[in-house]
Amino acid sequence: MPERGRAWRAAGRALAYALFAAFVGFFAVRPAWTHLGPGEAVVKVSIVHRGKPLGECRERSEEELARLPPNMRIKTVCPRERSPLELEVWLDGRLLHREVKAPSGLHHDGPSYIYHRFVVPAGEHVLRVRLRDSVRAAGYPYDRSERVRLDPGRALAVDFDPAEGIRFR
Amino acid sequence: MRTLLRLLRGAFEPFERLAYRLFGGESPFHHLGALTIYLFWVVLASGLYVFAFYETSVAGAYASVERLTHEQWYLGGVMRSLHRYASDAAVLTLGLHILRELSRDHHRGPRWFSWLTGVPNLWMVYMLGITGYWMVWDELAQYVAVATAELLDRLPIFTDPMARNFLTEGSLSDRFFTLLAFLHLLGLPLILVGTIWLHIQRISRPRIHPPRRLAAGTLLALLALALVQPATSHGPADLTREPQVLHLDWFYLPVYPLYDVLGASVVWGLLWGGTLLLCALPWLPRRRRVPVAEVDPAWCNGCRRCFSDCPYGAIDMAPHPDKRGKEISVVDPALCLSCGICEGACPSATPFRSVRELVSGIELPQYPVQVLRERARDAARRLRGPVRIVVFGCGHAADPASLARADTAAVPLECAAMLPPSLVEYLIRREGVDGVVIAGCRAEDCEYRLGTRWVEERIAGAREPHLRRNVPRERVALCWAGTDAALLRRCVEDFRARLARAAGAGDDEAPPAAAAGGGGGA
Repeated sequence: MPERGRAWRAAGRALAYALFAAFVGFFAVRPAWTHLGPGEAVVKVSIVHRGKPLGECRERSEEELARLPPNMRIKTVCPRERSPLELEVWLDGRLLHREVKAPSGLHHDGPSYIYHRFVVPAGEHVLRVRLRDSVRAAGYPYDRSERVRLDPGRALAVDFDPAEGIRFR
Repeated sequence: MRTLLRLLRGAFEPFERLAYRLFGGESPFHHLGALTIYLFWVVLASGLYVFAFYETSVAGAYASVERLTHEQWYLGGVMRSLHRYASDAAVLTLGLHILRELSRDHHRGPRWFSWLTGVPNLWMVYMLGITGYWMVWDELAQYVAVATAELLDRLPIFTDPMARNFLTEGSLSDRFFTLLAFLHLLGLPLILVGTIWLHIQRISRPRIHPPRRLAAGTLLALLALALVQPATSHGPADLTREPQVLHLDWFYLPVYPLYDVLGASVVWGLLWGGTLLLCALPWLPRRRRVPVAEVDPAWCNGCRRCFSDCPYGAIDMAPHPDKRGKEISVVDPALCLSCGICEGACPSATPFRSVRELVSGIELPQYPVQVLRERARDAARRLRGPVRIVVFGCGHAADPASLARADTAAVPLECAAMLPPSLVEYLIRREGVDGVVIAGCRAEDCEYRLGTRWVEERIAGAREPHLRRNVPRERVALCWAGTDAALLRRCVEDFRARLARAAGAGDDEAPPAAAAGGGGGA
């Protein structure tokens, strides 16, 4: 092969490697992706809670207890199935989200799991979250409303603790 | 579907031609699978170095990567960058490998197994890449981790939402990083090695190493990139904040913007739909069955040459039914691609045999060696002119029929290696042909994987059945021009000119060895 042709081929190979590296380098970090706009914030609601029993508990009679093996003679019996959780999220008086979540488990006796992420405009808002965990009681026993300041990019977590109720973190 | 594949192949063609001119048989397009495996070795080596300095804890992960990147930029930083860019390059070569094999209809028929077992590789590669991004625990890692958790929560796998693990700073534990390190360093790579092993099970002599020069060039290119544009982290992950603008790795993470825009259901639909489509492609539509190679027990003496040469392991050896102590070749129709390489390997395919009907020990029923000999002989006898050439052309490369004229005849083959070397000798010595050209796919890019290599070795006398030494090598040319008809024409004309010069120079001055256009010489 003539020297000149060999040099051209070598130059072509070098260019090919450079283009390959440039392609890899470009798409490894570009173009930038805007996941959250400059004027936006996020509210994440995550609740794990076992609802109240679906039916009333009752006391067993003496006859009923006598019929049971000694190790199973428990006086108070409750239905196994749990109430679904009803959640409402309000922002500045506007309903943002409503959800009814069934209990987990084959017998619907486990906790209900709720997770949601909302993108909201940054700024000051009145955030209200309310939760009902019993089909036998009216209203929402857990209700929290608060004025929150959401700076751009802020991620506000809302969760639940049976002792503390609904928490904004 | 056929039109789509043709368009796809057409899109590859200009780049492949250019790459072939620059790299010859070492064209990256001819080694995409091997390049991908090689890049994973680079990823493994650089990853081991990076891991030596990595801390598997919430507080330590980000800081340790930052220290490595900035305080030890000359080695740790370069290794980190190499780790990232080699991973990205592997996705690129893997994607091209898939598209190229698809465009060449290499996903159907007996090749379905390799195609299907390649699909899990794709998932493994992405899982490896994504878990790698988590380990840095910067804003990008946080974005990827939360979105992955939310995506996984959409599947009926976990009862407790996985995304809860990323709710607040306190909800994430150090054990998460230990689990991640296990998955990224041991679990997923081991599974990937297994799926790659499965992927190459049905091919013999799989090419898992690219040519050295190509490997070195690729490594140098990535090293240069690592120095010019070192891989860096975003700001540290902060679960009280949501990542805003991200410098995304579009090789590994395009699914996340899709999730942002379209939601989990659509993304899972696309992923599962795409996977199912990839799995179903070998049967959309099913490949038409071509008669496979047949063995004639009377002529098979169990020499094992076809067994050794079959690129797909379709031939096995069994005790011969008629010849005590001998073996016989047995063809597995499920693996045979009807390439005819076995026909070219069979010693009984020699055209010099003086039998009424030439039958080979193994041959394609649709193109037996008797028909091949007759076509070649008839073509040679019709030739007129000072330099008479017979061109044998592989059916998957440029059609040599366009070269046919008074002094040039074209004989088609299914694969160049289907030609028994003794037929070359037969044409030159018995039929008085001046030269024989064997044309085929580009070097190292045989439609049937090993055909061009076997031809080169047989003609060079390095593989059985070889072209006998008494045949002047300068009267044989190998033209690995692929589908480039112009390159084939040039190769044949160069060969003709050399033959003419040699004839003019007389017997005392031997002509130069016949160099092949774009490929190797005989």
